[in-house]
Amino acid sequence: MSTPSLAARAEAQRLFSAFQSWGAVPVEAAVLQPAETLLDLYGEDIRARAYVTTDPVQGEMMLRPDFTVPVVQAHMALGAEPARYCYSGEVFRKQEGGRSRASEYLQVGYEVFDREQPLRADAEVFALFSRMLAGKGLRAATGDIGVLIAAVRGLPTSDTRKAALMRHLWRPTRFRALLERFADRAPLPKGRTALLERLAAGDPVESPAPQIGLRSRAEIETRLARLAEDAATPAIPGAVVDALEALVAVADKAPKALAAMRGLAGQMPWIAPALDLFEQRLVVLSAHGVAVEDLDFEAAYGRTTLEYYDGFVFGFYAEARPDLAPVATGGRYDALTAVLGQGRSIPAVGGVIRPALLVELGDPA
Amino acid sequence: MSVKIGVPSKGRLMEKTFEWFAERGITMKRTGAEREYSGAVEGIEGVSLVLLSASEIPRELAAGRIHLGVTGTDLVREKLADWQAVVEEIAPMGFGHADLIIAVPECWVDVETLDDLDAAASAFRADHGFRLRIATKYHRLVRDYLRAHGVADYQLVDSQGATEGTIRNLTAEAVADITSTGETLRANHLKILDTEPILLSQATLFATRAAALDAGETAAMQALRERLA
Repeated sequence: MSTPSLAARAEAQRLFSAFQSWGAVPVEAAVLQPAETLLDLYGEDIRARAYVTTDPVQGEMMLRPDFTVPVVQAHMALGAEPARYCYSGEVFRKQEGGRSRASEYLQVGYEVFDREQPLRADAEVFALFSRMLAGKGLRAATGDIGVLIAAVRGLPTSDTRKAALMRHLWRPTRFRALLERFADRAPLPKGRTALLERLAAGDPVESPAPQIGLRSRAEIETRLARLAEDAATPAIPGAVVDALEALVAVADKAPKALAAMRGLAGQMPWIAPALDLFEQRLVVLSAHGVAVEDLDFEAAYGRTTLEYYDGFVFGFYAEARPDLAPVATGGRYDALTAVLGQGRSIPAVGGVIRPALLVELGDPA
Repeated sequence: MSVKIGVPSKGRLMEKTFEWFAERGITMKRTGAEREYSGAVEGIEGVSLVLLSASEIPRELAAGRIHLGVTGTDLVREKLADWQAVVEEIAPMGFGHADLIIAVPECWVDVETLDDLDAAASAFRADHGFRLRIATKYHRLVRDYLRAHGVADYQLVDSQGATEGTIRNLTAEAVADITSTGETLRANHLKILDTEPILLSQATLFATRAAALDAGETAAMQALRERLA
C-alpha cells in the first residue's frame, strides 16, 4: 500500500497540462464505478484485481481499476467527433503477488476518438507518448492485435470454430489448446469418441440422473448437436496452424517482423490486408518522427486477459528496472466502444502514463 | 513466553492432530471442563497449546499471534494472499485429505472437461443473459485456477455451506468444493469434472514468518523442530 507522493502529483499535473496543450479536453470520472459493467466486460478475473464495495442504492461498485470505461461512456453520451480527451487521477488495483507494487496510483491518460483516420490517430498517440517520455531510458514495445484477428477470421474452418478462437484470442493457453484440437493434433477427451458414436447412431444420450438446475435438457441437446457438428468439421490443415503459431511468436524490429509475417502470408493469404495496414502504419509513424527501423514489435504483445485492445498496442518499459510495471501502456480498442455504445461504436485509441514511475526513475543523466 | 501452537479445537481433526504429536513423543490434551477450550502440552518444555477453529488458524498465523498451527492447505492458500511469504510449511501430516474439485450436474452428458465447461458457459451466457454461476467458498483458489486454464463467462457465487444443494435450488449451475469420498456429490446428482483437482489438501503443520522469537522461544522451537524432523 502506498499513496501518491507530492512529486508524483506534480509530475501528473505536468503531463496533464501537456496533454491539454496538445488539444485534449480534460474529463472527470467517478472513483466508484458500477461493478456490473466492468464484470460484463472483463469477466470474473476483474474481481481479483479491482476493489469491490457495496452501495445501499446502486448495489455492487468497484473503485475504478482504469479510466477507459468511464471515458468511453462519457464520449458516447455527449461526444462530438473527432474528439481528444485527457484525464488524471488515482486508479486502484489489488496486488496479491508482489507486495512492493502500489495498489493505489496515479494515471494520466490521453484518448483519441477518430472515425476518419485511424492509422493517423495510432501514430499521433504513439509519437506523442514517445516525445513525452523521451530521455527517460525507456524501451518501447509494440504489437498489432488486428493482424491476429485477421489471421483467425480467415481460417479455412467453420464459423463456430472461428468464434471459439476469437473468444479466447486474449487467453493464449486456451487459444493454443483449441487450435491444436481443431487441427486434430490433440487427443479427444476421455469418453468423447463413445459419446460421438452414440450420437451418430441416433441415441439421444440421456442420463439416468434427474434433470437438475437451470441449464435445461434443450440446452444440453443443442450442445450435443454442436459436438456432433464439430466432429464432422474437417481439420484445419497442420501447415496453416503451424503458420498461425509462428505468427503469434514473431518478435523483431518492426521492418524485419513485417518481412517475417509476409513470409507466413504464403500459408495464410487472408492476412495480407492487415499486413498492408501494418505497413502503412509504419509509414505514418515514420512521418510522425518515430524511428520505425528500431521499433520493437511482438505479435503476441497485448494478449493478456484484462485488456481489451484489438489493434495497434504499445508499452514503454524501464529496461534497467525490470521490477517496475510498464511506465506507459496503450492501444486501440474499437470493439470496446461497440460493447459500451449499445450498438454505436467509434474507433478509439489511447494510453496512460504512470507519473510515480517516472519520478522513481528520475533523470538518467 | 512460550511457543504457541494452534490446533483445531474439536472433532476428528483435533484427535488426529493429538495422535500425530503423540507419535512424536509430545502429548497434547484438553484441560478443564468438557466445553472449555484450554489445553496443555507435555513431553517438551516451553510449548503451549491454543485451541482454535481450523478456519481461523491461517489468520492467526499471518498475524503472528501463534507460532505454529495445524490446518488444511486449502484454508491457508485460500485465506492468505502470497501465502509462502507469510507461513512456512513444516510437515504434511497425512490426514484430513480432501480435494478441491469442480462438479456439475450428472445430467450434463455433454460436459466432462474444463473445455466443455468453458463451451457450456459461453452458450449459457448467450441463452440466459448472465454468466454461468459456480458456487464456492474458495474464491481465490477457484478463480486463479480457472484463469490459468483460460475459462471465461463464469461467475463465482458465495456459498459457505450446503454448496452441493445450490444447483437444485437454482442459485448456481456448478460447484467448486472440497470432497474426500465424493459421496455428498453423488447423493446430490453431481459429477466431478475429468481434470486435475484445483488443490489436493491435507492437514499440515505451518509456522508463521510473522512473529519474532525471544531466546527461550527460539530454544523451544528448535527442540520442537528436532523432535518433528
